[in-house]
Amino acid sequence: MLNPGQGRGPDSGVAGGSSNSDPFPAGLRVLVVDDDPTCLMILERMLRTCLYRVTKCNRAEIALSLLRKNKNGFDIVISDVHMPDMDGFKLLEHVGLEMDLPVIMMSADDSKAVVLKGVTHGAVDYLIKPVRIEALKNIWQHVVRKKRNEWNVSEHSGSVEETGQREDGDNNSSSANNEGSWRGSRKRKEEEVDEQGGDDKEDTSSLKKPRVVWSVELHQQFVAAVNQLGVDKAVPKKILEMMNVPGLTRENVASHLQKYRIYLRRLGGVSQHQGNMNHSFMTGQDPSFGPLSTLNGFDLQALAAAGQLPAQSLAHLQAAGLARPPSLTKPGMSVDQRSIFSFENPKIRHGQMMNSGGGGNKQMNLLHGVPMEMEPRQFTGGGQMRVQQQQQQLSGGRAVGQNVQSSGMMMPVGGGPSMLQQQQQVMLSSSVPRRSETSSSSRVLPAAATTQSVVFNNFSSELPRNSFPLASAPGISVSYQEEVNSSDAKGGAGFGNPSYDIFNDYPQQHNNNNDWDLQNIGMVFNSHQDTTTASAAFSSSSSTQRQRAEHVQNHHQQQQLPSQSLNHMNGGGSVRVKSERVAETVTCPPATTLFQEQYNQEDLMSALLKQEGLPLVDNEFDFDGYSFDNIPV
Amino acid sequence: MGKCMQGFLDEQFMELEELQDDVNPNFVEEVATLYFKDSARLINSIDQALERGSFDFNRLDNYMHQFKGSSSSIGASKVKTECTMFREYCRVGNAEGCLRTFQQVKKEHATLRKKLEHYFQASQ
Repeated sequence: MLNPGQGRGPDSGVAGGSSNSDPFPAGLRVLVVDDDPTCLMILERMLRTCLYRVTKCNRAEIALSLLRKNKNGFDIVISDVHMPDMDGFKLLEHVGLEMDLPVIMMSADDSKAVVLKGVTHGAVDYLIKPVRIEALKNIWQHVVRKKRNEWNVSEHSGSVEETGQREDGDNNSSSANNEGSWRGSRKRKEEEVDEQGGDDKEDTSSLKKPRVVWSVELHQQFVAAVNQLGVDKAVPKKILEMMNVPGLTRENVASHLQKYRIYLRRLGGVSQHQGNMNHSFMTGQDPSFGPLSTLNGFDLQALAAAGQLPAQSLAHLQAAGLARPPSLTKPGMSVDQRSIFSFENPKIRHGQMMNSGGGGNKQMNLLHGVPMEMEPRQFTGGGQMRVQQQQQQLSGGRAVGQNVQSSGMMMPVGGGPSMLQQQQQVMLSSSVPRRSETSSSSRVLPAAATTQSVVFNNFSSELPRNSFPLASAPGISVSYQEEVNSSDAKGGAGFGNPSYDIFNDYPQQHNNNNDWDLQNIGMVFNSHQDTTTASAAFSSSSSTQRQRAEHVQNHHQQQQLPSQSLNHMNGGGSVRVKSERVAETVTCPPATTLFQEQYNQEDLMSALLKQEGLPLVDNEFDFDGYSFDNIPV
Repeated sequence: MGKCMQGFLDEQFMELEELQDDVNPNFVEEVATLYFKDSARLINSIDQALERGSFDFNRLDNYMHQFKGSSSSIGASKVKTECTMFREYCRVGNAEGCLRTFQQVKKEHATLRKKLEHYFQASQ
């Protein structure tokens, strides 16, 4: 695969054998994704000339599955922005979340907006086509940089990966020598870099520090700390102090925070809204939900935030979910869900998940798992929003000031599985809205649950060592499962943490989502549950949500919850009444108001849970953080 | 690259030639072949879309974006210029402009193809 000394490229042609020149970065494992075969061929040739190990791929989905299958098989990803099956930015997010690899975007489009998008989505670089080989020669710097940032972690934080881990994947290659030398070179370079840049980082240390893996617990602690400090005000130092995790460095926290913020920002108003919702949702739970609630909180948040579970993710989740039947869903639902999920997934993946920014992909917005199942129209944005809103309502009690942004993620620790279930259910119901009541709703719910659990499962199995978003997956799923087994509520623990990253795929959708949610909420419940209760619960939720939405809108000007949706929802008399009541209570952000709303939510949740057989959870979570004021009824 | 190619191919083409070596002696021709095969497909799609008369500018622009990307990666400068114009017409929704410009795109594309065929034949 390497062309020693041929053509253009670094002069050390020999794999690992050159004594004169440092073979590094030869052997860098690059995955290049581009649907244009001409460009792909040229890039591959160029990269090979740079003595990199190239894998080319013309479909984003294939690239993702390649990456997932070979967790440590690649060092860097180069991807085109415009691809037919998946927006390059989505792929970028996925890779960042799941594999935490540096991703370089490229495009013939050099407009500032697109380049900025690359930056905000976390790309480490943006190349304008046609790409010159000079631009490719230095891509190794991104790999080194990323490694450096991750190496400042002590063994105590989360699960730790040895940096030498990479060897496992490389040993079987014929260029093992090269790899070894590359690694060695890389390490040497790291040292050099560290020495030079040591002042920059507080905890710069020897290169051999293991990478920090953000486990579920760790992430939860992080989120809790950020929540307490306030997302906007949280600084790594304080977060670190609050977390009080031995071995965790300020650097780790800083980079994690950065990602988190990017994620939240991407979610935009939706995320904030959703975050709150999730949180509220979680917090509103009865004690019985306790153990699961935390995870659920995450899940919901993830779901809410993510809004759109990328097709791949869903598929992925699906696979994971299917693999774990018991944990995924409640007895009744799991089977349905799974089947539905798998059935729908492929379809969704292609059509719906791709939400490249259109309003049409509402389904995506639906919480991660849910939308997939449901037909696109159902899930569009609405599902998610709904859940989020509901959550927000539930968490009304939380500190009003908490807000949105972090709320989703910050679900209090401990609730996990049960919460997830609830969330799932909530989501499910929301996603069903348009469908005729019976058949679809039941389908929706199961699907949603499955999806969620699938998501979690996926994460846990897929990313054993991913940092940040996925790192938590394994942990989450494990804990979740344990809890689930006991409480029979599986929500896909893993979902919680990584979810928000994943769900971030369709940030632009939030507007749509909101609409959907409101509309769907009422419908879902009607179909799925006891009509009166459901609709009532939802109507109040919806109205609350609407108020919330407006509130959020006021604050963030991002969500647009049309009043029509509420009207739509409040078709029934009972609903109306509830809405009014809710509206009244909602106008003020005081905790009491929130609590009232929570109860509405709880009723709904209880109904849902009972149906599902899940125990109700105590209100473990504070209801602070969500203000429902200005939510018109 | 001889004088006949001047203007039709830019420095990107020269970059490709630099990538060619003893191990990959036909690299440029392989790339060119691939380009013409893939771009013919795109041209067809655009032709069909234009013939339909519905003028879905978004779609047309998408096709052209791809086409422009490939063309620029092999250094087809004149083709690229026409592509840019086409996209501009798409942007403003000028159907007639699109039609006209697309004829130019095809013309330049065909011209380049002939020239490259001669070029590769000559270098063999």
